[in-house]
Amino acid sequence: MVLTGAEIVIRCLQEEKVEYVFGYPGGAVLYIYDALFQQEAVRHVLVRHEQAAVHAADGYARSTEKVGVALVTSGPGATNAVTGIATAFCDSIPMVIISGQVPTAAIGQDAFQEVDTVGITRPCVKHNFLVKDVRDIAATIKKAFYLAKTGRPGPVLVDIPKDVSMHKCEFEYPKEISMRSYNPVVKGHSGQIKKAVQLLLEAKRPMIYTGGGVVLANAAEQLTKLTRLLGFPITNTLMGLGGYPASDRQYLGMPGMHGTYEANMSMHYSDVLLAVGARFDDRVIGLPSHFAEEPRKIIHIDIDPSSISKRVKVDVPIVGDVKEVLEEMIRQLESGEARPNPEAVAAWWKQVEEWRGRNCMAYKNSDEIIKPQFVVQKLWEVTGGEAIVTSDVGQHQMWAAQYYRFDKPRRWLNSGGLGTMGVGMPYAMGAKLANPDMPVACITGEASIQMNIQELSTCKQFRLPIKICNLNNRYLGMVRQWQQLFHGQRYSESYMDSLPDFAKLAEAYGHVGIRVDKPCDVEGAIREAFTTHKNDLVFLDFQIDQTENVYPMVQGGKGLTEMILSAEDL
Amino acid sequence: MRHVISLLIENESGALSRVSGLFSARGYNIESLTVAPTEDASMSRMTIVTSGSDDIIEQITKQLNKLIEVVKVVDISEAAHIERELMLVKIRATGKDREEIKRTADIFRARIIDVTDASYVVELTGNQSKLDAFIGAIDPALILETVRSGVCGIGRGDRVLKL
Ligand SMILES: Cc1ncc(C[n+]2csc(CCOP(=O)(O)OP(=O)(O)O)c2C)c(N)n1
Repeated sequence: MVLTGAEIVIRCLQEEKVEYVFGYPGGAVLYIYDALFQQEAVRHVLVRHEQAAVHAADGYARSTEKVGVALVTSGPGATNAVTGIATAFCDSIPMVIISGQVPTAAIGQDAFQEVDTVGITRPCVKHNFLVKDVRDIAATIKKAFYLAKTGRPGPVLVDIPKDVSMHKCEFEYPKEISMRSYNPVVKGHSGQIKKAVQLLLEAKRPMIYTGGGVVLANAAEQLTKLTRLLGFPITNTLMGLGGYPASDRQYLGMPGMHGTYEANMSMHYSDVLLAVGARFDDRVIGLPSHFAEEPRKIIHIDIDPSSISKRVKVDVPIVGDVKEVLEEMIRQLESGEARPNPEAVAAWWKQVEEWRGRNCMAYKNSDEIIKPQFVVQKLWEVTGGEAIVTSDVGQHQMWAAQYYRFDKPRRWLNSGGLGTMGVGMPYAMGAKLANPDMPVACITGEASIQMNIQELSTCKQFRLPIKICNLNNRYLGMVRQWQQLFHGQRYSESYMDSLPDFAKLAEAYGHVGIRVDKPCDVEGAIREAFTTHKNDLVFLDFQIDQTENVYPMVQGGKGLTEMILSAEDL
Repeated sequence: MRHVISLLIENESGALSRVSGLFSARGYNIESLTVAPTEDASMSRMTIVTSGSDDIIEQITKQLNKLIEVVKVVDISEAAHIERELMLVKIRATGKDREEIKRTADIFRARIIDVTDASYVVELTGNQSKLDAFIGAIDPALILETVRSGVCGIGRGDRVLKL
């Protein structure tokens, strides 16, 4: 069948079973939008800013096992998309971004709305393509989806000049794709796995530390099974929350800068550390030299060889798909008689429980003023822990991660790697479209939410009844916290003045807005949002304690065990 | 430590900038980089001379392997290998200097490939130190221009970098 390039693009998306494309039209993509208009299988979500299109596609991908798709025009459309692309790249999210480009003959002529999109995005994509011939579109899009979701996932951009989208050729979607330069490892080395199992069986102070890789590989079930089989303590990073049920006894909370005392101490003093789909990030292990002071054997499972022994020397590297490797470990354990030494593990648990006894997550609640931790706890209670929760970046993100207990994967969506303020609402949009029957809440701050506030309009158009929980402290709270602790309380530009009345603003967009000033009204307001206003977008504007800080805290450049547990430690 | 990394990469536009971009973005050194198509025109061969600790070199090879268009990577300096570089030098050659330069060129097995009444162009191949030595042997005041290709490398004997 002879089709135009634009029609081919849409046919390819249909072949890939794409439900939603998040995008924004413009000159260079007019043919593609025309082709989109003339079919119904692929639905388009018109955002109000291209950054949000990419974030929403990213949120869609995070909350499912699917590839998110965004469509933007050339020039400013593409540059607006860059933050979204970089955000997805840092967290290894599978996405395909299609951008329009000026006509082939105009490339390099400083044409209207021309930028070197492939050049600008090169460092923040898994791969990108400029399609110069209509006959290459189908194979390129096939490759883009394949690259996005295999190996270590990531965003892939396909740049299509306007004339290429207008030219015609015979359409056939390739069934198979093989690339001689790209063959990601799937199965782990069985000898290495055997070594790892042996180490785990001999461990006296074992610890399991897992990251986003477990969620991305859909390996939560395998992780849970292995962890229970071994009976070891476990921690999930910010990106890995939900990889293991947070309400389980073996779970010690999150590690790292704002991790729990017990998780950090157990990481540090373990003699065998099993790292799964995690990358020893600076926010997780603190100062590497301090981390290296305690001798321990490290087993590291990761799909990406370059993540292994990058920041921390690893004793047993296992390159492979996390799910496959965990399954193999379970098989080896179950087929043998050997089990971890019960006395040693019991003694270790005694120590771990002592650390847990410090109760580092306790906070002083108040009857007068709303504490942010209390809001998150109430949200958890009201939703029965069953909501998809997105967040922006700042203190509220940490409180959300600390106090909403995620028992399942793909329920917690946040920008862990790039730390992009403004992702919260678009993530919630993508997640709600992908999971229409699940409650979706966005925990945000009054600064972050304003970075993509225009999307309230998109939510109205597409009837997305997400619940926005604004932890409004009238400060760039995380910035203020650092200034208070490390910059002599000089609050340089961290005060948010001239805030809008968020409840009224939400109403202006046609939504429901509720302002909450008193602790006693918190639960009622949340209930109202999820019951009376089940089908509405509700903007809950909680006026919280302005000076509350996030604890525990490991200062940048400090060791993992050098924690400030509360304001009293200052 | 100095390392010579050889790689095969798809001969696509932009492939070179992916490699050079990787080095600049991650702060790795590039002493020289040469690239040209192989006998199979769909693939290019690149030789990169770099330096760094063992950990950094390990990361460099892993990161290069991660680039989608890179087909194969080897650190050829890990074992016996040959390095060659081509240099062209334009030298002011008048009066008694003409004979002197000619003699020096002969000693280095260089060839004079262009002659005018005032200058020579000398062509020389060898490893880097040989090229450096030749430059050192010529009076700097006489050197008008030099151009070096950067290092090309290949493993000795059975060590073959091929698809
Ligand atoms: C796009 C972007 N710009 C700047 C920052 C730096 N930053 C990190 S947290 C933060 C303050 C966020 O304030 P708010 O959204 O109100 O959340 P709070 O910390 O008060 O909970 C800032 C400015 C960032 N992460 N992202």
